[in-house]
Amino acid sequence: MHIVRNMTISAFLLGLFSITGTGVVAFTFEKTKQKIAENERAAMVASLHQLITPKEHDNDLYADVIQVSNEKLLGTDEPVNVYRARMKDKPVAAILNSVAPDGYSGNIYLLVAIRFDGTLAGVRVVKHKETPGLGDGIEIERSNWILGFNSKSLTNPPTGKWRVKRDGGVFDQMTGATITPRAVVKAVKNTLNYYQANKDMLFKTPANKDIQ
Amino acid sequence: MSEYQKIIKDGMWVNNVAFVQLLGLCPLLAVTNTVVNAIGLGLATTLTLVATNIIVSMIRNVVRPEIRIPVFVLIIASVVTAIELAMNAWFHELYKILGIFIPLIVTNCSIIARAESFASRNSVGHSFVDGLFMGLGFTVVLILLGAMREGLGFGTLLSQAHLMFGETARGLTIVLFDDYKGFLLAILPPGAFIGLGLLIALKNIIDKRMAARRPTPVPITEVSESLA
Repeated sequence: MHIVRNMTISAFLLGLFSITGTGVVAFTFEKTKQKIAENERAAMVASLHQLITPKEHDNDLYADVIQVSNEKLLGTDEPVNVYRARMKDKPVAAILNSVAPDGYSGNIYLLVAIRFDGTLAGVRVVKHKETPGLGDGIEIERSNWILGFNSKSLTNPPTGKWRVKRDGGVFDQMTGATITPRAVVKAVKNTLNYYQANKDMLFKTPANKDIQ
Repeated sequence: MSEYQKIIKDGMWVNNVAFVQLLGLCPLLAVTNTVVNAIGLGLATTLTLVATNIIVSMIRNVVRPEIRIPVFVLIIASVVTAIELAMNAWFHELYKILGIFIPLIVTNCSIIARAESFASRNSVGHSFVDGLFMGLGFTVVLILLGAMREGLGFGTLLSQAHLMFGETARGLTIVLFDDYKGFLLAILPPGAFIGLGLLIALKNIIDKRMAARRPTPVPITEVSESLA
């Protein structure tokens, strides 16, 4: 009898602590949910605005988004976000969240902003695992290398020159790191090709409401 | 020495989590490549230690010995998850950097070690001081290692301070060497092991010197046992 009573009390206590613990987490989650969503949105809008300035568009960049997929050109079999910038309902630019799949240590996630006429407004690296001090020169915080893509397009430089210098192209490589810039150059070129082939679809598809 | 002074000395030096107990090495070695990361993880760990120590001490007479470990685990997991959400909400940029290491605080053995060996046997006041100074002792080591690695690796200190202290803190960054090319080894994982090894060696040298000066040194084990 005594043992059963002890076990019941222990089980009851354990249950009580589980409920309290879960309650604390649920309460914090509810209290921070909105703030976290706002933060994520603000961070995304801030990085989009590095590429397309707020003056260049009048739509809600974050909300005017669709998902597309093309493993060959966008570097991933997952859906890729495409943010559209418009001014008075006229398309200004598309920002594609594409991936360079062949970095030195895995995927390099990019934001590639392409103006309506097919020239690059700019490229930024969102996430990568490249070697600190060597491959991380692709980050805007570490070097200006990534700015080398500004105003480039599929015809400038010509297709054959869309390579790092070591491979006979026009883009700089970095000291001690060739694989990383090579992967980024290739991914940007592929993204431009994808844009060229799907331009109309990218701007005409209605925004995905579910993403909100 | 008063009891509180003993607890403080234990946490900061004699029984330091990182130097002596060598607990929580996974986040310690992984996050210390810059000073700001080190401060962020150190403060989050300290906050967790203080909160869990207080809660464990408050319930120490209610919880039966046979279920104490699952209860401690529950408390630690809940507290860390709450801290993680709060950080994501109020220090979003820093959270993005420390991201995966915050949940790892759950697995930082020093936290359950303090709950089991100290908080479950001592008063709330003592447990609070123990949590605070065990956490600060850990933070100091994180910052030292972070400063060593950032200084050698990037030639700066406190870079990206604005992620932690807001835009006004941008000016806090100290550039040690202009046009520094960087020393890769310090930033990569081996740099963390070598750095921690050197710091522990330094602590042992200091301990030896101090013991040599004192006529009757107090053995380390006696200090911690008298408290527990």
